[in-house]
Amino acid sequence: MRSQWKNYRRKKRNRDSMKFTQIKSTAVPLPMEDIDTDQIIPARFLKSTSREGFGENLFRDWRYHTENTQNPDFILNNENFSGSILVAGKNFGCGSSREHAAWAIKDYGFDVVISSFFADIFKNNALNNQLLPLTVSPYVLDQIFNAIEENTQTSFEINLEEQTLKWQNSSDIITFEIDPFKKHCIINGMDTIDFLISKRDAIKTFENEHVVY
Amino acid sequence: MTKTLFDKIWERHVVENIDDKQVILYIDQHYIHEVTSPQAFDGLRKRKVKLFNKARTLATADHNVPTKDQHLPIKDPLSRKQVEMLSTNCREFEVELFGLNDPNQGIVHVIGPEQGKTRPGMTIVCGDSHTSTHGAFGCIAFGIGTSEVEQVLASQCVIQSKPKQMRINVEGELSPGVTAKDIILYIIAKLGVGGATGHFVEYAGETIESLSMEARMTICNMSIEMGARGGLIAPDKHTLAYVKSKFPNENWEESEKYYNSLFTDDDARFDVEYNFMAKDIAPMITYGTNPGMGIKIDGTVPTKEKLSSASSMQALEYMGLVHEQKIIDLPIDYVFIGSCTNSRIEDLRQVAKYVQGKKIASNVKAIVVPGSHKVSEQAKEEGLDLILENAGFELRGPGCSACLGMNEDKIPSGKYCVSTSNRNFEGRQGPGARTLLASPLTAAACALNGKITDVRKEIETV
Repeated sequence: MRSQWKNYRRKKRNRDSMKFTQIKSTAVPLPMEDIDTDQIIPARFLKSTSREGFGENLFRDWRYHTENTQNPDFILNNENFSGSILVAGKNFGCGSSREHAAWAIKDYGFDVVISSFFADIFKNNALNNQLLPLTVSPYVLDQIFNAIEENTQTSFEINLEEQTLKWQNSSDIITFEIDPFKKHCIINGMDTIDFLISKRDAIKTFENEHVVY
Repeated sequence: MTKTLFDKIWERHVVENIDDKQVILYIDQHYIHEVTSPQAFDGLRKRKVKLFNKARTLATADHNVPTKDQHLPIKDPLSRKQVEMLSTNCREFEVELFGLNDPNQGIVHVIGPEQGKTRPGMTIVCGDSHTSTHGAFGCIAFGIGTSEVEQVLASQCVIQSKPKQMRINVEGELSPGVTAKDIILYIIAKLGVGGATGHFVEYAGETIESLSMEARMTICNMSIEMGARGGLIAPDKHTLAYVKSKFPNENWEESEKYYNSLFTDDDARFDVEYNFMAKDIAPMITYGTNPGMGIKIDGTVPTKEKLSSASSMQALEYMGLVHEQKIIDLPIDYVFIGSCTNSRIEDLRQVAKYVQGKKIASNVKAIVVPGSHKVSEQAKEEGLDLILENAGFELRGPGCSACLGMNEDKIPSGKYCVSTSNRNFEGRQGPGARTLLASPLTAAACALNGKITDVRKEIETV
């Protein structure tokens, strides 16, 4: 069972190669709403002290029955669907702050999640891991689900520089929002922690003046 | 210009604007625990940087710890390794740690206020979504991911965008049997599980003002369950009395002056505002697999017309319930009283007072897990341990316990558990576990009767 999962998974990439500006890929539809981080990666798999290997347990309890047999009805176990884009219902990533959810999705091989809105902490976690949370209107989200339903091999093109999304047989080009700083970080593979370390002097000056009552 | 309470605290903590939205925000207090911090400490090591300000960091072990035989080594090797790694990291980076068996150990959101570390007007973060709990003191407190934990360890700052603001007013007097947990479950049921996403919530109104600090913590704790970035309540005399008792401070007058400036100005604008009446709130129970799927305890599961999405159909199937079903009298198997939502001394007192001299039903296994060693000690001092044990509850050692199915305390597949915790997600309390969220008072009544019980009816007959 496990070996089959590996077929879907793209090769692990090192941090430098995570940066991207354009993606062209088919997509995996998961038209459920309010998918919480306990579904994305259950708490019992959070015991690792590294950032790697979480993809193996992505959507664990939906992918496998309790007796560890594969659930053939779950979309990740369906060979007709593949690609580096996950499309999900509204309020994706609600619940816990576990960054392991973003690590699991990225580790499995997704670079983009499309939804009509994301939970705030998940969104930040995704952006901090070069996983693009792409927000579209509920109408566009429906169109995307319909396009995949009509043709599982529908190809989607995302241009991060231009902030555009389009797909095969769609006449419109959809634009999406992303904070300029976060966009800069993804395009350049920039690390927010190094950025803050470079600001340590300014922060020290602030701290010296700042009273905590 | 008129400002909200949130604006006043936020503006005092902005070090620099990065772009139109993102700022560098200074953090006054950083709490850490064993699950979301090891990768962040690793990052510091790789970058060869020291902790920016160890005095503003406090660690505890809570998620993985067993609640039985806490003096013995943790049986699960992975849990043990994570807890040990926290000790190693805290030693290496000189972080204050309340580890397993430390008299100050407990759930991170219980010990922060208990130690006087959480105080009005602060910015507080932790790699845990229920960090919103600390908003009860009039703080900007929110959960962060591990990369952000590393940001704070390395710079005492996080990169954040300013959220929108929402105010929720609750007015009037609560009915008997209705508690803070019911207020927040009611609000989440009204707004939905994503209803406050992108917002920071201020809770206000006379009902909120009448609540104790612990009750306020219960409310703010669950802000995240409607998607809010966090929730906060303006400090008042209750807040100041609590803080003064936990944080002896030579410069109290100066601190008090600052705390008293923390309120939303008249006419300050919120992006969204909701008004609720306390008299409309009944004891609540959830029937589904997110905290927004809640109803009055004597209500019914919504109709097919109202509850038809693929997600809600899956939720009902998972819970073994159907549309329009009454929840009252549903037989239950487990009762869990604990978690960062409801494990403080007032919760234990309320349960003990209610079950004193009674016995739990024979079909129910019920555990009470105090939020910290201090809560546990206090309970013993007051004789609550004996009352609870005589009633058939098992009193455990402190930890996150059955809230999240990460340690030994799990609910078996298919079993119903009335839980005072914060999440009823599929598998949250263990694979296949069926969670019904409720207040400690409702949970106690359900434990005694072995089925879902309207505590108001029980109070009437007392």
